[in-house]
Amino acid sequence: MTESGPTTDAGSPAVDFDRDPSTYRHWQLEIDSENPAVAYVRLDVDEEGGLVDGYELKMNSYDLGVDIELYDITQRLRFTHPGVRAVVLTSARDRNFCAGANIRMLAGSPHPWKVNFCKFTNETRNGIEDATEHSGQTWVAALNGTAAGGGYEMALACETILLIDDNSSTVALPEVPLLGVLPGTGGLTRVTDKRRVRKDRADVFATKSEGFGGKQAVDWRLVDEVIPKRRWDETVRERAADAARASTRLPGGAGIELPPLQRTETGEGITYPHVRASFDRAAGLVEITIDGPDGGAPSSMEQVHELGADFWPLAVTRELDDLILRLRSNELELGTWVIRTRGDVGNALAVETFLEEHSSSDWLASEIRHYVKRTLKRLDVTSRSLIALIEPGSCFAGALLELALACDRQYMLDGPFDDSTDDTGDTDDTDGTAGSGQEEARIVLTAANFGTFPMGNGVTRLGSRFHGDDDHVAKLRQEAGRRIEAREALELGLVTDAPDDIDWDDEVRIMLEERASLSPDALTGMEANHRFVGPETMESRIFSRLTAWQNWIFVRPNASGPEGALRKYGTGRRADFDRRRV
Amino acid sequence: MSIDYSEKIPNNVDLAGDRKLQRALESWQPNFINWWKTMGPAVPTQDVYLRTAVDVGKEGWAQFGHVAMEEYRWGVFLSERGDDRRIAFGENKGEPVWQQVPGEHRADLQRLIVIQGDTEPASVEQQRRLGETAPSLYDLRNLFQVNVEEGRHLWAMVYLLHAYFGRNGREEAEALLQRNSGDLDSPRILGAFNEETPDWLSFYMFTYFTDRDGKYQLGTLKESAFDPLSRTCEFMLKEEAHHMFVGTTGIDRVIQRTCELMREHDTADIAPHGGVPLHVIQKYINFHYSVSLDLFGSEQSTNAANYFTAGLKGRWQEERRSDDHLLTEDGYGMEQVRDGSVITDEVPALLALNLDLRNEYVKDCQSGVKRWNRILEKNGFDERVYLPHVGFNRDVGLFSTHHITPKGDLVGPDVWEARRDDWLPSEADRTFVQNLMRPVYEPGKIAGWIAPPSNGINGKPFEYEYVHFA
Ligand SMILES: [Fe+2]
Ligand SMILES: [Fe+2]
Repeated sequence: MTESGPTTDAGSPAVDFDRDPSTYRHWQLEIDSENPAVAYVRLDVDEEGGLVDGYELKMNSYDLGVDIELYDITQRLRFTHPGVRAVVLTSARDRNFCAGANIRMLAGSPHPWKVNFCKFTNETRNGIEDATEHSGQTWVAALNGTAAGGGYEMALACETILLIDDNSSTVALPEVPLLGVLPGTGGLTRVTDKRRVRKDRADVFATKSEGFGGKQAVDWRLVDEVIPKRRWDETVRERAADAARASTRLPGGAGIELPPLQRTETGEGITYPHVRASFDRAAGLVEITIDGPDGGAPSSMEQVHELGADFWPLAVTRELDDLILRLRSNELELGTWVIRTRGDVGNALAVETFLEEHSSSDWLASEIRHYVKRTLKRLDVTSRSLIALIEPGSCFAGALLELALACDRQYMLDGPFDDSTDDTGDTDDTDGTAGSGQEEARIVLTAANFGTFPMGNGVTRLGSRFHGDDDHVAKLRQEAGRRIEAREALELGLVTDAPDDIDWDDEVRIMLEERASLSPDALTGMEANHRFVGPETMESRIFSRLTAWQNWIFVRPNASGPEGALRKYGTGRRADFDRRRV
Repeated sequence: MSIDYSEKIPNNVDLAGDRKLQRALESWQPNFINWWKTMGPAVPTQDVYLRTAVDVGKEGWAQFGHVAMEEYRWGVFLSERGDDRRIAFGENKGEPVWQQVPGEHRADLQRLIVIQGDTEPASVEQQRRLGETAPSLYDLRNLFQVNVEEGRHLWAMVYLLHAYFGRNGREEAEALLQRNSGDLDSPRILGAFNEETPDWLSFYMFTYFTDRDGKYQLGTLKESAFDPLSRTCEFMLKEEAHHMFVGTTGIDRVIQRTCELMREHDTADIAPHGGVPLHVIQKYINFHYSVSLDLFGSEQSTNAANYFTAGLKGRWQEERRSDDHLLTEDGYGMEQVRDGSVITDEVPALLALNLDLRNEYVKDCQSGVKRWNRILEKNGFDERVYLPHVGFNRDVGLFSTHHITPKGDLVGPDVWEARRDDWLPSEADRTFVQNLMRPVYEPGKIAGWIAPPSNGINGKPFEYEYVHFA
């Protein structure tokens, strides 16, 4: 755990997301020696291993620390174990798969912690589904004991759910009847949307604390198969082998290591080799600068495999992913993220074209692109104001342009920065790698902006930006590859505004200050609405409907008040509800 | 495009070194000149003896000389201040003042500046035709002086918009020239600034009562935590003093002349003798005073309270007041109509800031009344002029839904309609006053309805040829 940096709230420590398989406390990751296309991921929670003091992780219940390890596993499976084509999610304990999120942890956590926890666990489960769907690593839940609440929600993220038939093990969503909250990690949504449980049955299921096992669980489609105890191990192995065989995963070879990130944290910011974040606490914002690639495309995929985690697209994505997670958990008061890129547009395009060419034939190229996609999705659901500043010397092209499109607003400087001496604005960045003061800022659309990185609601950021105007998106498609300057970007609707260098400093400063003065809650709600213009998917419904309601319930006294269900759980006393419907 | 800015536009804001300002002014300035030519004084002149602000120091801040009007050098000046000015009121009290617009207050500050800025060119437009009927060259010169300075006040507000409010500010600055007094499609923002100033009696009344409202508004902005606004307004107040002088002495001279005519003809009815009868003067006071009170807005105002709390707009002479400058606990007496009579109620002081300012203004207006009554007294007359009740003839605020007589009695609509012409200038009164207006352009001569001033301008005699015609 990192000791530096501020804590997020009274009693909430700064969260560190670095994990290493050799030091997992709660999980076992095993590649089947007989069938290396199958990996076993076993939950074995260390009761004493809670991230925060004050609760014990009994009954294989989890907290954020447990889930951070699970996220690490999902990433390593995809990058370090490319030969794995099926993943069995199970428990190391007999008769108990997982009891879900730890209730004492939830009851004792401040609201922001609960919200962040919920968001991260949701993203991890979405990542599991992404592995099944796009990476040919099919997840199979092998419930060798009861899966309750978050435990069952974990299983729901898998493609197939197998439940042991031992006359006692069930799957259940007891949140509503026992805790007065929702199964908010995708539970309600996946039961209906993914498992297609009829909605009246879903209602019965979600209010029946003990859940269902055996045949009824299968009949109601809550699980795919119940398996007698005596045939359990063998059947699980078979199902996993079947899934591995059916996988369309690109042929693997040696995986690549994901070494610890090089990261420097100070009170003023976080620095990685390719990503820098500098905090302006007075202004309530963080300035994030992302470096483009140093050179052009690599000579071959072999070279990329050799570079591994040092290959720029992967390195920069890992750093950005880590930064997003840290800022979200640990810097609650930095409410605005100002995003810049820095580097050569040509290089960025060359690397992108290279990846594009190989993404359908090389597993690593493909994994990198999916990882970029997931990281951009993290940005989409980040409850901070995101502002892209597109300046001379930046390289918002293709995948990097998605960063800007993920922002709530985009400001692009029209013309070069003024070099005259009498009117130097504030030069806010320390190193002058850009150095190209005479160049104008340019953005470039590529094929990647038209489908490679869909948002959680299934459409591209451009599609969402221009929702209902397909003609315009089609017109933009024809602009792919061209360098677009500020005025034109403004005309094409790709940026919010394009002040020139004389206005730039003032416009940007005032806009950021204005933003910082608005209600953070209203901003979060507004931004979440505007970012997901367009259709909904199961994934977007989980965020927009399920967790939004969950977060509302979390602040209501009926859940979190002294007499609320979360607090009363396990005390032997009943919650005393305020009976008014709101 | 290169312009010698410091020569063309006297300033103490380093215009020559500020690209942002130069760029903004490059497009705004020609539009301003164009506006001046079409909406400024209608009488063609060759040159006028004017003062031009050229500096901010105590001594010699202005130069006098004959200038062609369109070559007048409208400058940009901010009063000099110490470096350590602190916010004097509101929730940021004690903190250093702002040299930049905080984004949080951009919209409010911009609005305040735009409203103030909108009144400046408005009065020039309202007074556009007055030059055609000036009672003397001295008065004509004063009219032009007031006009060019209102033009400069517009510049001062535009400077703030250009320098601190980015592109949005430039657009607002442009719009200040697009709205026009009395224009049906795009009128000036405040109602009182859409009425034409039809005659010179109205002009003196306007400069006494309505310009005085401006003085009090500037006084509150002078307290602003936004330092450039504060300093700008402080300098404007310097010029405003002369505008008020024109009004005060103008009414002095009308009343003096009325006394002379009453004595000469031994009657109060001096209309047939080419003077303005005292009761007509009273009606003009009633009118201009009451419409000027409307400019202070509603007595109770949450906007004003918010501006105060945020530090955007203080009270008149905020720093000389001895309370806590937060006003969160204080009360304030407010007159209002209840159950058929005017009573005084206590309301939270924060919500009564418009009233507080208006009360300061009323006190100031009373000094003029005293002065005019001294003239009547000196001339041996018992008649007196007075300020009507604050509730009289109001369109804004607590009294706007009631009819109040000048003495403060609540009356019904029938009484109001029947007596209205006794209290406010009637059509006949206006026509009469307008008919008195004949230009007198000969140096040293003056119209018959007004007395000459006791002194000329800048040590020059009354007979001085202040204006050369084209
Ligand atoms: Fe003025
Ligand atoms: Fe004035």
